[in-house]
Amino acid sequence: MSDTALAAPPARFVVASQWLLMWWAFRRHKLAMAGLIVTAALYIIAAVPGFFAVNDPAKQNARTAFHPPQAIHFLEWTDSALPSLRPYIHPYVLKRDPVSLASIYAEDRGRKIYLSLFAEGYEYSVFGLFTTRTHLFASQDARQPLFPFGADRLGRCVFSRIMQGAQISLTVGLIGVFLSLLIGVVIGGISGYYGGRLDFALQRVVEFVLALPTIPIWLAMAAALPHDWPAALNYFCITLILSLTGWAQLARVVRGRFLSLRTEEFVTAARLDGASEARVIFRHMLPSFASHIIASMTLAIPAMILAETSLSFLGLGLQPPTISWGVLLREAQNIRSIATAPWLFAPGVAVVIAVIALNFLGDGLRDAADPYNK
Amino acid sequence: MLLFIARRLLWMIPSLAVISVLAFVLIRLPPGDFVTNYIATLAASNEVVDQNTAAELRARFGLDQPMIVQYWKWISGIVFRGDFGFSFEWQQPVGDLIWERMGLTLLLTFSTLLVTWAIALPIGVYSAVKKYSFGDYFATFFSFLGLAIPSFLLALVLMYVAAMYFGQDVGGLFSEQYLTAPWSLAKVWDLMSHIWIAVVILAVSGTASLIRIMRANMLDELGKPYVTTARAKGLSEFRLLVKYPVRLALNPFISTIAWLLPNLVSGSIIVAIVLNLPTAGPLLLQSLMSQDMYLAGAFVLLICALTLVGTLISDVLLALADPRIRLE
Repeated sequence: MSDTALAAPPARFVVASQWLLMWWAFRRHKLAMAGLIVTAALYIIAAVPGFFAVNDPAKQNARTAFHPPQAIHFLEWTDSALPSLRPYIHPYVLKRDPVSLASIYAEDRGRKIYLSLFAEGYEYSVFGLFTTRTHLFASQDARQPLFPFGADRLGRCVFSRIMQGAQISLTVGLIGVFLSLLIGVVIGGISGYYGGRLDFALQRVVEFVLALPTIPIWLAMAAALPHDWPAALNYFCITLILSLTGWAQLARVVRGRFLSLRTEEFVTAARLDGASEARVIFRHMLPSFASHIIASMTLAIPAMILAETSLSFLGLGLQPPTISWGVLLREAQNIRSIATAPWLFAPGVAVVIAVIALNFLGDGLRDAADPYNK
Repeated sequence: MLLFIARRLLWMIPSLAVISVLAFVLIRLPPGDFVTNYIATLAASNEVVDQNTAAELRARFGLDQPMIVQYWKWISGIVFRGDFGFSFEWQQPVGDLIWERMGLTLLLTFSTLLVTWAIALPIGVYSAVKKYSFGDYFATFFSFLGLAIPSFLLALVLMYVAAMYFGQDVGGLFSEQYLTAPWSLAKVWDLMSHIWIAVVILAVSGTASLIRIMRANMLDELGKPYVTTARAKGLSEFRLLVKYPVRLALNPFISTIAWLLPNLVSGSIIVAIVLNLPTAGPLLLQSLMSQDMYLAGAFVLLICALTLVGTLISDVLLALADPRIRLE
């Protein structure tokens, strides 16, 4: 802190609201800003995955099994000195090894297939409201599919499946955290606000839940779900299972805040003013630690994403044909398939990017929400 | 101190009782039971089981009795006779199946804990003392990456690298000739040469978060006046660090055992499944899938008990390291 800033804070700092101050503090944190941008981009993809996908993620094709990733060439070098910006790919030709009959893909460097922006492709629905055929980009020749990240065992496009999987994997975290917040705030709030014997009992419950090892419990609960349930119900149950162990941490944070705020003058003043209990809690106490809770929520989302990925990877979470990053990683489960097709790791890279971005974002929010942090 | 430990041990009894009920209910929760599964498996190979045989099997395994009776039989066997019941799938007492696996799980967890500390402590201190240096940024980058990579993914990538570039198979904890051999020095050596890869994988995420914690703790302590005083006395920088701030910064570090231990046990389950280690993980998963309830129940119960013990150990260590903490 410099002396000049201490002596005369600029006028705008004096009148700025708490949230505006937080935003200014957050903006200075470069990694957190990068995290915010990446997170926003990921959630945009999760909202309309069909727009970013290039092939129908569920479409199988025996002729494209283990198709290698295709490099997209952005610049086309023609006879003139300057290259023109015209993205294209070289198509792959499928051949059979005469001895082992294994399929071999060879790049046909002689031919070029151009890509176009906002092109027509397969039909997909947006939020279940309407359907459209417009995609961000697609190859101009419908018979020559584009595989930016290659294809899996059944010839399905890995890139499109990652885009589609973002929807499930990223929302599991959001909904799971929201559910645990709901339980955590209610339990922690009651515990911290009323104190006494109720607090003691609830704290024992929280300690007990915190002492449970999460993964064996998750495994046991997930194994208890019938495999023939519809995908939506299964999805909801998985998020519920994840939040059942996640709420305890939040309940602790909320309780601690309530305990320290309970004796503050402004709370006593509100109570003496005759404000109802609900008004004291929601109007006076909750806003003073809302920012802190948002930060701890953001930090809880990546843990949920990792948990869903692990469960689905083990075959206990979401079941195919539902597409999530964990389900996609099951394709990379045995050493033989990853030895032939290392690009099956791509969904794992997506998980790592999402988790890092959310961690940076959460760290930045936590620092910005702390008024004593300079 | 002894009183505290005794009281905590007493507290563990009701906790364990609740956990045992929870474990049992969870495992009985799926529709159907082992016999249903067993019949389904037989039906897949075109063998038909009539209703009488099914009822007979249920009666033999005690599956036809109400849940409370089943629970009482199970828990009283464990408490009074140390008998964990009978594994339907393996046709063996559960006790024979789990002890070696639980032992290997513990070994794996403790080696990982030691490795994690051995790496995280010096790097965390260095990172705080040389704040914003190249090494600090490198450690920060590594720890964020380590936190974000799911351990099973790391296991897969290492398996891939080992198979593709070194032509080595990294699955398992023993070479083939030692799999069924009795314990000997050679077998222990073989175990050591296999276990390190699992230890490294498991240590990564724990190390990453401990580096962050140690760095933050040290930064809190380094600015305090007693450090300046010690420096003014002419204490060498190394002795100063080790004697005062590191000791204080260790305090929150130790309390992390409480969650590090269960995390490691849990984390080792998934890694063990990927690497096919003969620890608790793969067997637990398999028993959950086939509803082999006594086997699954024994694992869940033992892992929960381990977690409780881990919390107790961390509290005791915390009191030993910091005389300001009063346990009463």
